Amino acid sequence: MKQAGYMALRLTPKSGLARMMKALSVLLLVFCIMGIQGTVDARAAQTPSEIQAEIAKLNTKSRKKRTEAAVSLAKRGDPMLLSLLLALREGSLYAWKPAGGEARVVIGGDAVKRGDKEFLPLFEAYSNAPLLDALGKPLLVPIDQVKEIRAGRRIRRAIRPYVNRLKNSAQLLSPDPNIRRAASTRMARLGDPNLISVLRKFLAAEPHWLTRIAFEEAIALIEMKSVDAKVRLAAVRELGEINGLNAIGDLKTAAGLVAGNKGDTDPAVRAEAKAAVDEIEYYLGWTSFIDTIFRGASLGSIFLLMALGLAIVFGLMGVINMAHGELMMIGAYATFVVQGLFISYLPENLFGFYFILALPAAFTAAGLVGYLMEISVIRHLYGRPLETLLTTWGISLVLQQVVRQVFGAQNVDVKAPSWLSGGYHLIIGVQFPYNRLFIIVLAAVCVAGTYLFLFRTRAGMRIRAVTQNREMSTCLGVSSRRVDAWTFASGAGLAGLAGAALSQVGNVGPDLGQNYIVDSFMVVVTGGVGKLMGAIVAGLGLGGMNKLLEPAMGAVFAKVVILIMVILFLQRRPEGLFATRARGA
Amino acid sequence: MTKRLEEKFGGAFLIAAALFFVVIMPSLNAFTSPDSALHISGFTLNLFGKFLAYAILALGLDLVWGYTGILSLGHGVFFGLGAYCMGMYLSLAIGAEGVYKSALPDFLVWNQVKELPLFWKPFYSFPFTLLAVVTVPALFAAGFGYLTFRTRIRGVYFAIITQALALSVWLVFNRNEMNLGGTNGLTGFKKILGLELNSAATQRGLYIATAIVLCGAYLLCRWIVSSRAGRILLAIRDAENRVLYSGYTPSNYKLFVFTVSAALAGVAGALYAPQVGIITPGRIGVLPSIEMVIWVAVGGRGTLIGAIVGAITVNWARSYLTSSFPDYWLYFQGGMFILVVHFMPDGIVGLVRRLPEFAKKLMSKRNRSGPSPSGDPSAAGD
Amino acid sequence: MANTILFMEDVSVTFDGFKALNKLNFSVDYGELRCVIGPNGAGKTTLLDVVTGKIRPDSGSVIFKETTHLDRMQQEEIANAGIGRKFQTPTIYENLTVRDNLELSAKQDKTVKAMLFGGITGPVSAKVNETLGIIGLEAKQSWRAGLLAHGEKQWLEIGMVVVQDPDLLLVDEPVAGMTESETQNTADLLKRIAEERSVLVIEHDMNFVHEIAKRVTVLHEGAVICEGSIDYVHADEQVIELYLGRG
Repeated sequence: MKQAGYMALRLTPKSGLARMMKALSVLLLVFCIMGIQGTVDARAAQTPSEIQAEIAKLNTKSRKKRTEAAVSLAKRGDPMLLSLLLALREGSLYAWKPAGGEARVVIGGDAVKRGDKEFLPLFEAYSNAPLLDALGKPLLVPIDQVKEIRAGRRIRRAIRPYVNRLKNSAQLLSPDPNIRRAASTRMARLGDPNLISVLRKFLAAEPHWLTRIAFEEAIALIEMKSVDAKVRLAAVRELGEINGLNAIGDLKTAAGLVAGNKGDTDPAVRAEAKAAVDEIEYYLGWTSFIDTIFRGASLGSIFLLMALGLAIVFGLMGVINMAHGELMMIGAYATFVVQGLFISYLPENLFGFYFILALPAAFTAAGLVGYLMEISVIRHLYGRPLETLLTTWGISLVLQQVVRQVFGAQNVDVKAPSWLSGGYHLIIGVQFPYNRLFIIVLAAVCVAGTYLFLFRTRAGMRIRAVTQNREMSTCLGVSSRRVDAWTFASGAGLAGLAGAALSQVGNVGPDLGQNYIVDSFMVVVTGGVGKLMGAIVAGLGLGGMNKLLEPAMGAVFAKVVILIMVILFLQRRPEGLFATRARGA
Repeated sequence: MTKRLEEKFGGAFLIAAALFFVVIMPSLNAFTSPDSALHISGFTLNLFGKFLAYAILALGLDLVWGYTGILSLGHGVFFGLGAYCMGMYLSLAIGAEGVYKSALPDFLVWNQVKELPLFWKPFYSFPFTLLAVVTVPALFAAGFGYLTFRTRIRGVYFAIITQALALSVWLVFNRNEMNLGGTNGLTGFKKILGLELNSAATQRGLYIATAIVLCGAYLLCRWIVSSRAGRILLAIRDAENRVLYSGYTPSNYKLFVFTVSAALAGVAGALYAPQVGIITPGRIGVLPSIEMVIWVAVGGRGTLIGAIVGAITVNWARSYLTSSFPDYWLYFQGGMFILVVHFMPDGIVGLVRRLPEFAKKLMSKRNRSGPSPSGDPSAAGD
Repeated sequence: MANTILFMEDVSVTFDGFKALNKLNFSVDYGELRCVIGPNGAGKTTLLDVVTGKIRPDSGSVIFKETTHLDRMQQEEIANAGIGRKFQTPTIYENLTVRDNLELSAKQDKTVKAMLFGGITGPVSAKVNETLGIIGLEAKQSWRAGLLAHGEKQWLEIGMVVVQDPDLLLVDEPVAGMTESETQNTADLLKRIAEERSVLVIEHDMNFVHEIAKRVTVLHEGAVICEGSIDYVHADEQVIELYLGRG
């Protein structure tokens, strides 16, 4: 009977952990998939005929005409023309007369030698797409069959400003929607009406909804500068409808809300601009509200992750583990080490997976240190919380110094895997960074896992049994020592996970733990010792409060105010949010 | 047996120690030639001045922790309040001799503050400063203690709340808006009561003042713990519920002892600032506050001598180790936290007290029965 | 009512949805030695917690000596009003002497100021001496209390409560863990104490209850189910059911 109890205990924590890890990896997979972004389809490269005609004009002997043609092309602001203009500047633009065809302007690539002859690969002047021969292979043309279209200093100087602008427009071709958006914003600032048609064209092909709105916003912003009041009116109305956040300054000016500026000459436009400003500001109120909630939830999740391990160790075992922060630090450094191993020993394209491996590594590393702490020191101090406080503080100093000597006193660089960088755009002006989202999900999973572990597994039942009645459990064949060690180790492991998560949003250095320890203890105290639910509510509550107060009074005073609030709160509920009223002396 | 030893020699030892620190050490500094083997350098004297200031704080902390069982992890705050009060006086005492030749302290000029903030103004007065170094921390502690003790926040809860207090105050003092020098704190002191602060004689005077205040603090604490109220403190530590059901209001006692302790910490800070020449938020945060607890633990909590011995020993070890083996100080400190709690719960004083017992055990191995536990029916404490 | 030192009416206490006391009506007369028995979780200790102010009742009133509303007072105020409580596990000042333990507990001015500046008055000293005699610890009065045996600690705590000179003494399981002779001594001690004041004892040990009690109250699920002489209670069907029927 007793033997069986031992066996079960030895096996179940492992299976509980395995289950947790499994859940975690499923979650990560989901994230990976979310992280892969839709790639932009190759844009149709049909050359518009008028541009085609203008390109053809480059092939002329007259330098003046050539300059005119070049400048006119450059002014179009069509990013597809960038390669052509660059080629013109570098002298790799050629006139090529195919056998039995008309001469056409092409871009030449780097010359290749075949035998003693030199050949050039050719590219379409407009789209920079490689020209193919009949077999579908890149076309190679002997160098003497093409003639360079010369751009003298004057042409180069004439097109230079346009080329720079084009480089900007060219970013509209980027596969990354963020870059495309940024480019459109810059183009809107240039305010060149020539750019409208370019933007329109790209708008039609744009697959990403947010980027489409950015393009529309840019178009409307340029149109706001139109001389035609009707166009301006339409643009202003459009901006109000799409909540063009970047336009708020221009709209305010147009509405005459900026001191020293009467606003738009047309009263209808002024009124419309005023309405648009109101609409956008109302919208901004909402976005900043959502943003605050999100940032609060994100900080709350970090608090929660930290407090979860503490809630187990402090709440269930009565141990004040001041080294909890250092266990988080170990988790963060474990992530760093795993990252280093990936960089050194595995191909680059696997780098993104390092973080998935880092999570169990962080859990294990911190759990192991926690296990050693328990069996060597903490074991002798049960029932003396103040002693554990001092001892674990001592351990924390030692751990810090060890890390400082092994890894150096400087912060180490933990890179985010690509699937955690960037963010999810919920609506315009609200972006949820993936790393923060990840932490929220990780916290949720950890809470759920802990709950399941404690309340649905035999090992969890044993932990609860031992923490509630040590003697009785021992009598019933539960090895309380082993359960203590495992409980402490799993609390420490959770700290490690928290550390791994922190490595994605903050600095990783030897004093990482110190920065969070007070906060996480406040969470436990506010929540009520021994109550997971308390830790959850208090973690989210204090995190949210922090972010709510921060904009108004700054981070420091927000923290002070929260401390005062916690003290006042404890006036009413000295045992914390969720503590049971205990009976007896 | 041990008690008798203490009773016989304890008083004489204390007087000898007081004489040594108050009279002999400064005399060896002032009246011996620097080549003499007995000479104590100004540097050493200054170092001990700092240690003795720490010892004053340790006495107060011991009153709270060792005697009443309240672990405060926020005593750095009270130390800091005292030190900043004195620092403000010292900053104003230099007059217009600062770098900017302004009547304002340099950092205020640097922060483009045009007028001296109102709360600075009283610190032109030395008597006011002396009053403030006691009352400011005491009032702060009383307010904080009122809120916490009244609702029976105790044990680890209290420890954690005080730690959060230390963090908050540290954060606030780091801000330039507080007009207290921000991260750099208050420094560049030149004069105290019109005397050159850095002259050997002034420093010696400060040392002597610190030693005398330490003696006074010791006597005050001794009086408190040997009064009947002192016994209530022990009673609160051992069985607070019993005290409550006996009709006492433990929160009043705690508030009293916490306030006294904070005042002592403030005085310690005020003596620290002119001797060290700088006070920064770094001295009042979470880390220094918990270090103070370990002084008391090392010396022996629950004994006043222990607090003094601990403060001097640990800080001496610190200044030795941080200069000789800077990488190993943290190991040493961490190890101290772990080992003292485990193997020396009564600290150095407890160890010394048990020495005769050990000796006896070693000498009479034949007698396997060992000393009976009823051999020491005395109360704890001094 | 005029003869009632403690009067509880419709007192309810709930912990997390669990009704520890359920509209309890209960009273103790002046000079009475009352025993409260009941199975685990019947609400016995909660009853004491409510009387001593440790727990505020959700509803109902607790009246001491006709006029004092205990449900509105702080714990130490209740103690000073004349209610003493002996805890289940011995709760004494282990690091003080036996005599100090009693001296601190005695009825006197208990403010910080008085304790800081004042000495021990003659009457207090006399009272302590008397109590030392009652609990039989004169010989050990200068011992550190932590060195006493378990039974002696229990007596010391009873002494500490008695020296407070309360009108109502609450005693929570005084003989748990005691030897037979210690139990007998404790029974004698309580009977002697009860000569001058009301005593309310909570106890599991039926032999002990038999020994001391004149009136017994049986609690079950937070309410009184039976009250009367020990023999009457013993004969009650519901009580028999409660104590034997579930075995």
